[in-house]
Amino acid sequence: MAAVQETVDRVRRIDVDQYRYGFETLIESDKAPKGLSEDTVRFISAKKNEPAWMLEWRLEAYRRWLTMTEPKWARVNYPKIDYQDLYYYAAPKAKKTVSSLDEIDPEILKTYEKLGIPLREVEVLEGVVRPEGEEGSGQRKIAVDAVFDSVSVATTFQKELKKAGVIFMPISEAIREHPELVKKYLGSVVPTSDNYFATLNSAVFSDGSFVYVPPGVRCPMELSTYFRINERNTGQFERTLIIADKGAYVSYLEGCTAPQRDENQLHAAVVELVTLDDAEIKYSTVQNWYPGNSEGVGGIYNFVTKRGDCRGNNSKISWTQVETGSAITWKYPSCILRGDNSRGEFYSVAISNGHQQVDSGTKMIHLGKNTTSRIISKGIAAGVSQNTYRGLVTAHRKATGARNFTACDSLLIGDKCGAHTVPYVEAKNSSALFEHEATTSKISEDVLFYCVQRGLTQEEAVGLVVNGFVKDVLQQLPMEFAVEAQKLISISLEGSVG
Amino acid sequence: MSLLEVKDLQVSVDEREILHGLSLTVNLGEIHAIMGPNGSGKSTLSHVIAGKPGYEVTGGEILFKGEDLLEMSPDERAVKGVFLAFQYPVEIPGVTTINFLRTALNAQRKARGESEFLVPDFLKKMRSVASSLNIPMDMLKRGVNVGFSGGEKKRNEILQMALFEPSLCILDEMDSGLDIDALRVAADGVNALRSPDRAMVVITHYQRLLNYIVPDVVHVMSKGRVVKSGGKELALELEASGYAQFEDAA
Repeated sequence: MAAVQETVDRVRRIDVDQYRYGFETLIESDKAPKGLSEDTVRFISAKKNEPAWMLEWRLEAYRRWLTMTEPKWARVNYPKIDYQDLYYYAAPKAKKTVSSLDEIDPEILKTYEKLGIPLREVEVLEGVVRPEGEEGSGQRKIAVDAVFDSVSVATTFQKELKKAGVIFMPISEAIREHPELVKKYLGSVVPTSDNYFATLNSAVFSDGSFVYVPPGVRCPMELSTYFRINERNTGQFERTLIIADKGAYVSYLEGCTAPQRDENQLHAAVVELVTLDDAEIKYSTVQNWYPGNSEGVGGIYNFVTKRGDCRGNNSKISWTQVETGSAITWKYPSCILRGDNSRGEFYSVAISNGHQQVDSGTKMIHLGKNTTSRIISKGIAAGVSQNTYRGLVTAHRKATGARNFTACDSLLIGDKCGAHTVPYVEAKNSSALFEHEATTSKISEDVLFYCVQRGLTQEEAVGLVVNGFVKDVLQQLPMEFAVEAQKLISISLEGSVG
Repeated sequence: MSLLEVKDLQVSVDEREILHGLSLTVNLGEIHAIMGPNGSGKSTLSHVIAGKPGYEVTGGEILFKGEDLLEMSPDERAVKGVFLAFQYPVEIPGVTTINFLRTALNAQRKARGESEFLVPDFLKKMRSVASSLNIPMDMLKRGVNVGFSGGEKKRNEILQMALFEPSLCILDEMDSGLDIDALRVAADGVNALRSPDRAMVVITHYQRLLNYIVPDVVHVMSKGRVVKSGGKELALELEASGYAQFEDAA
């Protein structure tokens, strides 16, 4: 037991007080008054110079929200959230319009620097040399739409994307500049009435990203957004909408960090993906928000609704997520497989340590014929955390030939944490073929001893074993992210912070 | 100064004493064989030297290059040059053997203040060692020991021994689970690593292994003590007459 005990002790010490991104940027912000009312919704809409139809849309959601109650079915416990005690909008004070990075508050740029996101250098990231036999060595590019406390501060790469016909902009701008697209697709995957948190988001969302890839276009670069919650007590309500038109392809990366806080912060984002015929969207997330300190105080409450709609035939949506942060995670990136022969994928690594509570999984809803889906979920629980996989695979009466493969693996570190698997499988036609595999294991003391006998420290050994455990998922991430994710996994489990 | 000095070592597991005052001295360049029946404490000795958790040292000491080995963590011991070839090497799914070897080698080098191997240099070194042991590259691209045959697992242990260049190699029941051909290959690998700068402690039940790895000194263990030491002919004697005579002696 001793080796495992040591790990347990070490993991317990990883105090999230050492949270690497726990710093605060001192900039004045332009806040909405505390609390939520129709006036708050109007304030936000006005701040964004939104057209009347958008305000109406928000108000309808708000009125709906008033009739709803918070969902209680997830395996998470948290004190009651006082929705009137939160700020719903905070923007860095605008310096007129921003046309270049030089005009941005240096404090903000400094924040990004600390986060390791050099905006000035991000334009062309050095291409990663791929392992032998793989293509794509040249230089790869990432466009960053930086979301700083709800407002997109700078958007790079616009020109090159424009040339390809790709629209990539803050959703607040898209509402003004491309109302026809936004009207058509916003809320078409996650309706305003969908669930408590999604409805709240619909009423008060502040900003987020909008992507439209026109027919037949393969987006020339990975699109990326960094979210960062900065203002004290500000709920972060991001709204992302990505549309891949017929035969289009786009890969979108989302990375998140937030500064340390004592108060719990509510985050309720909505992400909607739409693929038309023969289109594909690959959506990758690395999430390492503040998980709270070693006593379980503070940390982000992350109630996210992410859903993709394979609306067209032969279309594909793939979710990959690496979740290491937040005090509470409530998140089920899902696919509606509406088009015939469409395909949904969900690759997930969810790590919980300290007092974190994770309830995450996916839904694969097979509606079209010969639709396929694949779920690979890796949960890792340490400390006194609780880690739940909750999934739904369902085949409609008409979804003949539907196929799903699910593998849920859980790894426990120490003896005070818990891993739970709650799969729902519903086949309403006899031709559906669903497979489900699940394993739960502990990091064995023999494996750790083998590694330390070869000269690895206990921490390095845990990192190595865990990275082996999650390899299938990390392989799905774009190369730049995979490296970051690997580091993050080691950091979140080892305590070698910094 | 001897490489390894075990003095009057007493070890308990769950408050039951397994080693009752064991002493052993090993010098550089020597190969020692430790023989004995099941339960005599052979594997316990190897585990305690390597620092496996779960054993309580209640008396005695172990000096390695004159330093107190028991004060060191298992990884520090590895960095200092203690290598244990496991009787049952573990599987580590998802971690390729190449990655494991490089990570471990660089961890050791870093801890010693040496420069870490870059990928090309490492691959070059690994390829030459692997080919001398007849280890194909595709085996190294698989997860550590995942799906390896018994012989492959043991060759993988010897590969690591050759890569890390430890000064003390402990081979725990290297012959278990090996057929005669696999045993010969493994033994050839070990013999190639014999060096004046290295000592080996070969733990085995059977004399058979010692036909291939010829020891300088043979120790017979029984009931937690070394009851007899001698030259390589002692192993032959044991093969002929069995361990029973020594059990009485203990």
